[in-house]
Amino acid sequence: MDWAPKLLDMLWAIVLFGAVVAVILGLAALYEKRGGRRVGWWFVAPSLVLVSIGLVYPALRTLWTSFNDASGKKFVGIDNYTAVFTNSDELVVLRNTVLWTLVTPFVATAIGLVYAVLVDKAKGEAVAKAVIFLPMAISLVGASIIWKFMYSYKDPAGGSEKNPTHQIGFLNQVLVWLHLDPVNFLLNSPQNTFWLIVVMIWIQAGFAMTILSASIKAIPDEIVEAARLDGVGAFEMFRFVTLPSIRPAVVVVLTTIAISCLKVFDIVRTMTGGNFNTNVIANEFYSQTFSQDNRGLGAALAVILFILVVPIIVYNVRQLRASEAR
Amino acid sequence: MTSKTRVRTARYGSFFAATAAIALVVAGCSSSDDDNGGGGSTGGSTAAGDIDCSQFSSYGDLKGKEVTIYAGVVAPEDQPYVDSFKPFEKCTGVKVNYTADKNFEQQVLVQAEAGNAPDLAIVPQPGLLKQLVATGKAVKAPDSVSQNADKWFGADWKKYGTVDGTFYAAPSGASVKSLVWYSPTQFASAGYEVPTTLDDLKALSDKMVADGNKPWCAGINSGEATGWPITDWVEDFVLRLDGPDVYDQWVAGDVKFTDPKIVSAFDGVGAYLKNSDYVNAGIGDVKSIATTTFQDAGLNIDPVNGDGSCWLHRQASFYAANFDKNANIGPDGDVYAFYLPGKTADDHPVLGAGEFVLAFSDRPEVQALQTFWSTDTWANLKAKASSEDTKGGWISANKGLDEANLVGPIDKLSVQILKDPKTVFRFDGSDQMPAAVGSGSFWKQATNWITGQSTQDTVTKIQAAWPKS
Repeated sequence: MDWAPKLLDMLWAIVLFGAVVAVILGLAALYEKRGGRRVGWWFVAPSLVLVSIGLVYPALRTLWTSFNDASGKKFVGIDNYTAVFTNSDELVVLRNTVLWTLVTPFVATAIGLVYAVLVDKAKGEAVAKAVIFLPMAISLVGASIIWKFMYSYKDPAGGSEKNPTHQIGFLNQVLVWLHLDPVNFLLNSPQNTFWLIVVMIWIQAGFAMTILSASIKAIPDEIVEAARLDGVGAFEMFRFVTLPSIRPAVVVVLTTIAISCLKVFDIVRTMTGGNFNTNVIANEFYSQTFSQDNRGLGAALAVILFILVVPIIVYNVRQLRASEAR
Repeated sequence: MTSKTRVRTARYGSFFAATAAIALVVAGCSSSDDDNGGGGSTGGSTAAGDIDCSQFSSYGDLKGKEVTIYAGVVAPEDQPYVDSFKPFEKCTGVKVNYTADKNFEQQVLVQAEAGNAPDLAIVPQPGLLKQLVATGKAVKAPDSVSQNADKWFGADWKKYGTVDGTFYAAPSGASVKSLVWYSPTQFASAGYEVPTTLDDLKALSDKMVADGNKPWCAGINSGEATGWPITDWVEDFVLRLDGPDVYDQWVAGDVKFTDPKIVSAFDGVGAYLKNSDYVNAGIGDVKSIATTTFQDAGLNIDPVNGDGSCWLHRQASFYAANFDKNANIGPDGDVYAFYLPGKTADDHPVLGAGEFVLAFSDRPEVQALQTFWSTDTWANLKAKASSEDTKGGWISANKGLDEANLVGPIDKLSVQILKDPKTVFRFDGSDQMPAAVGSGSFWKQATNWITGQSTQDTVTKIQAAWPKS
């Protein structure tokens, strides 16, 4: 019924794509003999066009919207930015984003690094690594739902004789076994933000471990053996040999996780919906733009997020170049 | 409001629904070819059965045309819609394409602005209707729809479909929100009586406490929309304590949230929801209201499928769908609802909500369907289809709606409440307020209020989000 025209559309798209590629390659082949910059431009041109339509134009448009009112039509100067930095709720949003970005990368990288060092060349290394890497395979929303169950809380004061309260959340059941009072993890602020961060660490530690483990394995054996001959201990080996050798990889891991924390959206939206003082910039941006019809403020939040991400990316690229140069 | 469409939880896979929808479209399509103008031989459902096609003749020759509808009503509640259009499809030869998704409220705005809006949209809030009209893509209702709206709906309902003096959208479905769920069997065995005034309700709650029971259960968790059930509570109390005039001024923004009248309504709600003697029956303390989903909150009203630990639960008529499908719902059953009483037994304010049919095109076939949609014929067809497909769960404020077509006891109760001559109906206020308040600060601050924020801080923060211009 509906699939026939869709299939036809898809075929068309594929044919069109092929045609465009053929034209580009044809042109490139035509100019190849002459070589030089001009050929380069022909290769770059399609990307340039797509980047300007898909990235540059929306970015400029968003920047402009951020100086406009809720409907996105009347110029209001920096009012939206003032609102972000003065409104008490928006300040909580900023505070949470800072917490996410500061805590997650270091903790996740530290866990990943320690794990990588510990399992390196150990027995059953592959299995041990697979175990910590598995959460990476789960989507953020899936992970959030799993952890929502982990944190689930039933008030012990509730229930009835017929139907007494049982903790269905694993963590609270552990507390009950330890004869402690169950905790409403997701309600009490500001701890709840940390409980959300745990989910991100759970996912990202595997990523950190994989990258760092690979670069530990890339350390030349001669260096390690030389250090051994000099009689260094395990800690000194880590501090003076391993860590300096993998420094570029550590930087990449830290910055990558930091960027994903700045943009974190799924976890907060799925687990608390941004309530109970757990909101972060990306979720607030979505809510302001699409639910509360305040496009100016939404755009301002998007711009702030962009400004926060840029320095990290610049640093990341520089480190990459530096390590490539070596 | 997102939450209200979320009430309709999908019971069947979307695949099944999609297949069924496609199959029905095929059926409607093919039958229009062979028996255009005749009685039904195909279809099977009574909705498409004995329909008089002569009433469609005024729409002219529309054979082979197509109308797209977009809505937030997903499976299984989409099926009655599809079925209700079958006679129209059959008699006019127009093909009706119904699509729905749960992100309707955000998506329809995006679609309208991008210029690929559907022909017709089922808009569940006047606030969203205003936003859609503001995009400049919506089309005002033709005279035929306007006349139907005058004939079959009250003036107040027509007003909710009107933006800046121009009538755009006729009402479709409706729901009654001023309901308190209880268990008639439990009440009978405990010797409790259904209260008829607000003071009675308070006295009843106190009596339950004295008997060693926690009377009320509540839950407001609903993802991003967390907090909306409290906004309904507050609206009900503004209506009861301050009257419909103050309510209208409040919704329009002329009476501020910080006004002592609104503050006292908040405190009136607080006397129930923030009273640790009253809540949260079977669930926990006051704060547990914030983390309990609204779907789960009232299930323990039912002494058979739940544990009967909760005595009173204020929630709209659509909550009926949340109870176990075997629950005995009825005036003498295990679960039923009573009207949340007014200040005196003669006061009869009713808070409710509804849907409106907004057009983005003025093609003849679109206007034809829009006109048909605003008639009593359609309302009755839809009620019948809902009764058959989903055991009810749908009512309309259409005056021509025949109660005999309703099977759900709560549907019957809701229509009786709507038709009561003493009834002063008011539409859900947060649905009409600017989105920054109605879908933003009102929800959020109400949530903070239940977790401990003072009433004064709460109203100040809500008011601060009200757009300046």
